[in-house]
Amino acid sequence: MKYQVQENCLTIYLPREVDHHNAEEMKREADAVIDRNHIKYIIFDFEKTDFMDSSGIGVIMGRYKTICLIGGEVWAVHANARIKKILTLSGVTKIMQIYEEEEA
Amino acid sequence: MKDTNEMEIIFDSRSENEGFARVAVASFMTQLNPTVEEVADVKTAVSEAVTNAVIHGYENEVKKIHIRCRIRENIFYVEVKDTGRGIENVEEAMRPMFTTRPEQERSGMGFAFMEAFMDQVEVESCPGKGTTVKMRRAVGKGREIWTTQSL
Ligand SMILES: Nc1ncnc2c1ncn2[C@@H]1O[C@H](COP(=O)(O)OP(=O)(O)OP(=O)(O)O)[C@@H](O)[C@H]1O
Ligand SMILES: [Mg+2]
Repeated sequence: MKYQVQENCLTIYLPREVDHHNAEEMKREADAVIDRNHIKYIIFDFEKTDFMDSSGIGVIMGRYKTICLIGGEVWAVHANARIKKILTLSGVTKIMQIYEEEEA
Repeated sequence: MKDTNEMEIIFDSRSENEGFARVAVASFMTQLNPTVEEVADVKTAVSEAVTNAVIHGYENEVKKIHIRCRIRENIFYVEVKDTGRGIENVEEAMRPMFTTRPEQERSGMGFAFMEAFMDQVEVESCPGKGTTVKMRRAVGKGREIWTTQSL
């Protein structure tokens, strides 16, 4: 899993495909990083991602459950139209903000 | 018969085969000239059904998953079958947000995604015997309307 920690903010650079197969490892690694660095904010960066199914929703919801206890937040950035559709359909946008870049 | 085609694959219920299953179905589907969106919809639905077979059907034991695809004119049919534990109450299982595995962080959105992205989803299941998910999707609907209108 590619990630970056800045103070209490973790950015997770998601892979091209987020499915059950690679979600499991991501969950384990993310939880270790969150615990070690007292993470309060998580940014899911979808720049490289063109496929995600319900397993990805599980990754987001699970991390949110951990950090919401300390008033944390989850964000999505660089989500393409497909990913936005998946996020919206799943209802995860109720707890996660999608950061919209300005029109280029 | 013209305009029909079929394929079947059988593979181990390992999570690394989830990506293979999606790609195999998507590449068989390309002969219908689908849009990028149509391919993405079918890939998502197949991924959900295969993941369910791996996690719930076989509970991570390695057994066989069958996929059967059929093309009839512009209709794409795909069936995903496991011979695992089966589902007690299909109606309840298909309800959005229903999951029997909250501790594994499943969100209960698998069937909801299949229904959102396919035209029809039917589930046949028998406890102790297994589950078959049958899905259907018309491909190239938009193009057809456009052709008739332009005539
Ligand atoms: N092939 C299967 N064999 C046995 N049970 C199944 C099968 N597919 C689905 N189920 C049951 O139906 C429930 C709902 O499935 P669904 O895919 O909608 O959600 P989920 O898999 O629990 O969560 P998610 O797909 O969001 O990760 C599952 O929790 C499971 O109990
Ligand atoms: Mg599922």
